Amino acid sequence: MAIEVRIPTILRSYTGGEKSVEGKGDTLGDLFSDLDARHGGLRGRLVSDDGGLNRFVNVYLNDEDVRFLGGIETPVADGDVVTILPAVAGG
Amino acid sequence: MLRIGQDVYDAIVAHARRDHPDEACGVVTGPAGSDQAVNFRPMLNAARSPTFFEFESGELLALYRDVDERDEDIVVIYHSHTATEAYPSRTDITFGSNSPDSHWVLVSTRDPEAVEFRSFRIVDGEVTEEPVEVTNGKM
Repeated sequence: MAIEVRIPTILRSYTGGEKSVEGKGDTLGDLFSDLDARHGGLRGRLVSDDGGLNRFVNVYLNDEDVRFLGGIETPVADGDVVTILPAVAGG
Repeated sequence: MLRIGQDVYDAIVAHARRDHPDEACGVVTGPAGSDQAVNFRPMLNAARSPTFFEFESGELLALYRDVDERDEDIVVIYHSHTATEAYPSRTDITFGSNSPDSHWVLVSTRDPEAVEFRSFRIVDGEVTEEPVEVTNGKM
């Protein structure tokens, strides 16, 4: 078992076009580092310079926005599904 | 160029007027690869602000699910400016580069009498305005 991570079109250049990849880790932050080892550059699109979640993406753990869970520290486990979407926002 | 039916055009303008003085936002979807803006879908502005908009996160997830299931694209992303011209702001350009495949439609509601409706592409921080052709099509 692993954690399934669904990748939006805009980030599929990092996954060789794959819509979904698998990773592991105890927290979302760990998972993103694990993914970055195979999909170099992906973490930089998800995590900002201060170590928090990048505000240009929405990240969901089993359909819950992780901003309402624990952000980058949210615990994850085998069998979870993480969905990444581009935030749609502006001024 | 953006081709859009009169009904969809009117629905976007009506949404913008209704939410004024807050910014209104939403999408128009259409069959994947068709570039046809046919299915109007207003979205909640989670920011409820006259100067900012953000698709509410639960609605955003539902939107992407539906678009995938129906094999559609998000053809248009629209929002309103309530005190300034219908041109992408700096924030629009930053976030817009996330969605380079959609037409970015801006409506200004600063003048209650006049409609300002413009369409742009935002790619890698570059804004390009495009003509808008309003057709007689029905939603």
